Amino acid sequence: MQAVRLNENGLRTDQRLEWLKLFGLSSPAILLILIILIIPVGWLFYVSFIGADGNFSLENYGRMIKSKSYARIFRVTFEVSFLTTGLCILIGYPLAYFISGLPNRMANICLITVLLPFWTSLLVRTYAWLVLLQKRGLINDWAISLGLWEEPIKLVHNLTGTLIGMVHIMLPFLILPVYSAMKAIDQDYMKAAANLGADPKRAFWTVFFPLTTPGLFAGALMVFILCLGFFVTPAVLGGGKVIMVSMKIVSNIELFVNWGAASALGVVLLVLTIVILWIASRFLNLEQLTNGGR
Amino acid sequence: MNYQKNDALPISIKNITKTYGSVYALDDVCLEVRSGEFLTLLGPSGSGKTTLLMVLAGFIRPDCGSLKFEDKEVIRTPPHLRDVGMVFQSYALFPHMTVAGNVGYPLMLRQIPKAEIAKRVEATLETVQLGGLGSRRIDQLSGGQRQRVAVARAIVFEPRILLMDEPLSALDKKLRDQMQIELRRLHEKLGMTTVYVTHDQREALTMSDRIAVVNHGRIMQLATPRELYDRPANRFVADFIGESTFLKVSKTSSGVDYYGMDLLHENDVPDSDNLLLMVRPERAVLSREGPREGVNNFSVTATEVVYQGDSFLLHANLVSGDQIVLRCPMRGENVTSPPIVGDTLTISLTPADTVLIDGREA
Repeated sequence: MQAVRLNENGLRTDQRLEWLKLFGLSSPAILLILIILIIPVGWLFYVSFIGADGNFSLENYGRMIKSKSYARIFRVTFEVSFLTTGLCILIGYPLAYFISGLPNRMANICLITVLLPFWTSLLVRTYAWLVLLQKRGLINDWAISLGLWEEPIKLVHNLTGTLIGMVHIMLPFLILPVYSAMKAIDQDYMKAAANLGADPKRAFWTVFFPLTTPGLFAGALMVFILCLGFFVTPAVLGGGKVIMVSMKIVSNIELFVNWGAASALGVVLLVLTIVILWIASRFLNLEQLTNGGR
Repeated sequence: MNYQKNDALPISIKNITKTYGSVYALDDVCLEVRSGEFLTLLGPSGSGKTTLLMVLAGFIRPDCGSLKFEDKEVIRTPPHLRDVGMVFQSYALFPHMTVAGNVGYPLMLRQIPKAEIAKRVEATLETVQLGGLGSRRIDQLSGGQRQRVAVARAIVFEPRILLMDEPLSALDKKLRDQMQIELRRLHEKLGMTTVYVTHDQREALTMSDRIAVVNHGRIMQLATPRELYDRPANRFVADFIGESTFLKVSKTSSGVDYYGMDLLHENDVPDSDNLLLMVRPERAVLSREGPREGVNNFSVTATEVVYQGDSFLLHANLVSGDQIVLRCPMRGENVTSPPIVGDTLTISLTPADTVLIDGREA
């Protein structure tokens, strides 16, 4: 017997209308992304394959493989990114652990101080470090007057300065996901570990730490990827001695007016980032990047 | 297992007090748990029963008091050195480990060789009827299975004392009833001293050797389930366990009086100026043939009859105006001619079921 299907068409129309409304609401955002992201990146991709004579050529990519200076720039970029990420973990993890153990009010105050730099201009923060770190700067002056060291130490216009500035700027990106991973850990887990015979150290390494690794990976990945394309801080605090890919892109355009070479570098950086994300996604759930490691 | 039944330890709790500000979570609690006993701490939420369990496990430091496992004072021993098993209300199974990883965790901490860990984990999983599930992830398990893993993890290292904090509260009723029997059977098999926390009186009555009823951080009564139900020590216990009706009665020179009626009773009459007759709904009987000899007879008017499948609840008004509730089994005359609202009926209560309690707040 044929079943009676009441209101079938009407219900289907309602469903379709709902979808259309939803799409209508998000269309401005979709359009915006298309105009300011997809099209420029496509154009960038196209330009990177145009040689000096205006025809299709692979010379922009060939130069990267042949030239020693490019290899060095990529090496430096990865070195700085690795070191920054490593230092962020060493400083940020214990800090997040400390904050997560505080009573809520105190924890919120601490988190706000961690976030405060976010609300200050990147350029201002970078130049502030320049003032602090330079030869006759606050840190050298104080250290000498306290007798920590005799002669002013070169803290800026080198790798040290670059790392100090970058770690400071990247720290919140690491602390936030790690903190939220720590807060999500049920206190009963630690009690259970203790009850089953784990002293606080064992309980930390066998239960607490493994449960925070997704947040830690998410934060570290975020920091690393942001570092790869970082420009302002290494440019100002590196003093021309720490040249990263982003700075080479700028000099290609400003000094040599070579859009093709600059675009090719951009494409390579983009591809590298995607490859890193892809590798990372095989080891961790990438959703953790967008929901704070939970 | 090389665990012996007589390895179980007695627990001696003396004068333990824990305050939060001016609130007494535990108020000078003294309790002796016999070795191998299944003792339940029963009380409403906020009564202090969980606090007491946390003191036993070492997670809450009391203000003062003594806690001994056998002869050994452990009140200052940190939790990881107490060697007691515990099943948490949330189960607290480590989500980053497999079932076997969870159950083997306490053995791993005790430096037991890997091959033996695997053997003992599997044997313990068999005990809780989860044999062969060792490689499962925790999030692949059902609520009931998680509960069993939590139990397995708490007993695998053969602790002499087992603590359980409302372990069945997250399960649905059918599974809970089944697990009650299973946990009880497990206790009989392993024989470890067990302290069990619950707010569910039926669960406490089903499982325990003895029950300590807790309220306001104090132990109101410590007794066997039978004693507790039949002879509650005070109004709180009588009210908390079972669904009784209380009728105000008075003590006279000759006996106990309820609105001119001299109550027949077999039990002790507490010395109190606020005496109450406790009527358990299933102990009072609907008397079809009217008043009888040798029992207390009450004439009532039915005000409500609630059908509940296996029985019906009869709400009725006594001549004095007091309300009384009866549970009548669905059989015989109760099926063929159930009472209807407005009927005048006779209710009888045997002298043995005439329990008088002290109505003053303890």
